[in-house]
Amino acid sequence: MESVVARAGWWLAALFIAIMAVAAAADSGFAIHMSIVALAAFIGLWVSLSKTDYGAIARGILRTPADPGKYDDDPIRWGVIATVFWGMAGFLAGLFIALQLAFPALNLGLEWTSFGRLRPLHTSAVIFAFGGNALIATSFYVVQRTCRAKLAFPGLARFVFWGYQLFIVLAATGYLLGITQSKEYAEPEWYIDWWLTIVWVAYLAVFVGTIVKRTEPHIYVANWFYLSFIITVAMLHLVNNVDVPVSIVGSKSYPLWAGVQGALVQWWYGHNAVGFFLTAGFLAMMYYFVPKQAERPIYSYRLSIIHFWALIFLYIWAGPHHLHYTALPDWAQTLGMVFSIMLWMPSWGGMINGLMTLNGAWDKVRTDPIIRMMVLSLAFYGMSTFEGPMMSIKSVNSLSHYTDWTIGHVHSGALGWNGMITFSAVYFLAPRLWKRERLYSLRMVNWHFWLATIGIVFYASSMWVAGITQGLMWREYGADGYLVNTFADTVAALHPMYLLRATGGLLYLAGAVLLVINIWRTILGHEREEEPMTSASYDEAADRPIVSVPAE
Amino acid sequence: MANRRIDEATGVETVGHEWDGIEELNNPLPRWWVWTFYACIVFAIGYCIAYPAWPLISKGTEGVLGWTSRGQLATEIEKADEAKAALLASLDKASIEQIASDPELLRSAVAGGNAAFKVNCVQCHGSGAAGSRGYPNLADDDWLWGGSLPEIQQTILNGIRHPGDDRTRVSEMSAFGRDGLLSAAEIRDVTGYVLSLSGQEQPSASTQRGAEIFAANCVTCHGADAKGLRQFGAPDLTDAIWLYGGTRADIESQVNAPQHGVMPAWSERLDPVTIKMLAAYVHSLGGGEDFVEVAENPAVEVDEQPATN
Repeated sequence: MESVVARAGWWLAALFIAIMAVAAAADSGFAIHMSIVALAAFIGLWVSLSKTDYGAIARGILRTPADPGKYDDDPIRWGVIATVFWGMAGFLAGLFIALQLAFPALNLGLEWTSFGRLRPLHTSAVIFAFGGNALIATSFYVVQRTCRAKLAFPGLARFVFWGYQLFIVLAATGYLLGITQSKEYAEPEWYIDWWLTIVWVAYLAVFVGTIVKRTEPHIYVANWFYLSFIITVAMLHLVNNVDVPVSIVGSKSYPLWAGVQGALVQWWYGHNAVGFFLTAGFLAMMYYFVPKQAERPIYSYRLSIIHFWALIFLYIWAGPHHLHYTALPDWAQTLGMVFSIMLWMPSWGGMINGLMTLNGAWDKVRTDPIIRMMVLSLAFYGMSTFEGPMMSIKSVNSLSHYTDWTIGHVHSGALGWNGMITFSAVYFLAPRLWKRERLYSLRMVNWHFWLATIGIVFYASSMWVAGITQGLMWREYGADGYLVNTFADTVAALHPMYLLRATGGLLYLAGAVLLVINIWRTILGHEREEEPMTSASYDEAADRPIVSVPAE
Repeated sequence: MANRRIDEATGVETVGHEWDGIEELNNPLPRWWVWTFYACIVFAIGYCIAYPAWPLISKGTEGVLGWTSRGQLATEIEKADEAKAALLASLDKASIEQIASDPELLRSAVAGGNAAFKVNCVQCHGSGAAGSRGYPNLADDDWLWGGSLPEIQQTILNGIRHPGDDRTRVSEMSAFGRDGLLSAAEIRDVTGYVLSLSGQEQPSASTQRGAEIFAANCVTCHGADAKGLRQFGAPDLTDAIWLYGGTRADIESQVNAPQHGVMPAWSERLDPVTIKMLAAYVHSLGGGEDFVEVAENPAVEVDEQPATN
């Protein structure tokens, strides 16, 4: 009873502060945000005071298995649902802004639906909402299993989940309202940054606490990657968001770093958001789900150590390659470039370890669409981590920078690597978390695979062509030494490519719709009656590399 | 290292650990991976020696090649300037009339003008120079202030209604409605007459009355035939080209309280050679007119005002 009173007291205090902040707000955006916070606090208060058992209702709606099992899986179930939900929101926003670029009338003449506000909505929804929820959920799943320990601080783990959703809602509504500090991938304003800091510290505590209470003697490689992701993202977030708020009840702040220093800090952040959020974090997912799904050992322990430390050490220096040929001093540009080039092999170490783990189980690429997704994911990881160092070379960058090539590069990584590995992890998790015999439909996974793959091919190839076209047109000089094209000429030339890109996005979204149906029906416990996926016969003895057999 | 075993499918030994059923093989680092990694590191070291790379106390290392991005830019600009220097010098010396008579000079002037147009003019006149509402189309042969090379050059040099330029082209149509010079009914009638000139309205009692109002108020600038007079920048009202729209409402609004466009005097911002090149480019777009060189050769017949059709 006492704990209920104490908890209600905290909620009441939060509610009170939020209402005060609404009343004192210096601008309407801040007032709207504090209203959202007040609403969240009110819901918290209601749930903790009401006699109704909302936990039981939620478990009923979410079809949570009666036996919760040995591990603490509730926040992971929520996380899987949140991943799928935010994924759909992010993909839809992406398709819409792709169409806006082809048909500017879709800006609708409203500030809230203009490209400039929807674009960060898309990037944050896919990276932080879809990717972030996937990382948090899978990290909680993986760390428990590979440490053979229940989550440390279960209450804090629930706070991490709900706190992170509040962060997403505040960030997303802020973009639409025009609340932004205008730093790419770090758009949320100061008070949202502070909130995320609190949530992130709680996340670190839960994760490290679970590792500390592990019953396995060693820490599995996936957990190294998760831990490096959590710690580095905390560091990046703190340094890049050192701001001075104009008013403590207002939504505007100004960064402490100014000019080229600010640009360098921003791209140190931006590049390592890619490096530690989208690479290290997702490599952690790969290191657990690929061997589990393939039922094969990791290819090389030694490679995992070397490429982990090389990746961690080299990635953090590569950010200046985003500022080639700018006011950034030449020496810093050089370092950004050479560290990016040295990063190529450490990045590929993860791909090698993932793909070669299938040694002895390559037949599964044919028979198991989830394995096929993983293989495609690793293939795109390899492609984009080759493309990245290549684009960091100054002479390549002078053509590719500011063009759609960058967009194509990012999406071959995001749609191919991050998207596909997340989908396969979600397909792996759903039947296990809800104690189902199998997924609703494996054939739908196969369809998802093909729709997504064709979508990525459309997307990446159209943006490569668009980017190179753009770069060549911008630098085209006539015989007399004058520029040939206007900017508007290049925009007109790209129109067909923008249509092809939107087509790719539509296919990718269509695949994700199948994911939603499949996961939904799996949670409900339905099983689609269908032919099994396997077809050709398989001789396991013959499926192995030729190794020298010692003489008997 | 308890449970080392040989993996059956690959014949490789495991490391002996196991997490939730996941084991690890003890494969060595792939050789090609190691050597490629070393090669990248060697390249990085070499690149750091060749180019500016490491920060020291007051500045960074400069690299043995002595390369800087600013230096590269300066060299490239210098080279481009050198390549154009001779041409620019001869364009500078030649008058716009002389440029027109030298095909090679004219061609390069048009090319340079094309580039300058994209930087300075497209914002108002459009990338195809076709203009838009309030911004004249420069690709047709309908000229407000004249379409010969010297006339275009003067328009660019001094602008239109540009405050502070003594030679700027100025004209101002009276605000017939706003200033009470004509009644609303009279404006309707004269608008009807103007519409009838381009065949958009049938002659009627109203257009009859409009014709009289036109004769009394408009012919000074637009001419008795309503084909416009260039010394006032007054547009031809008999064709289908309308700067501020050709509907009844547009024309009534323009008679009532006319809009007047402003074009900057580019002599303040661009050098004379660029302005000559721009004039040559605009002239080349399709509607350029010949100019009269009466003093030099009175015998030559010139097409001062091409027949409008």
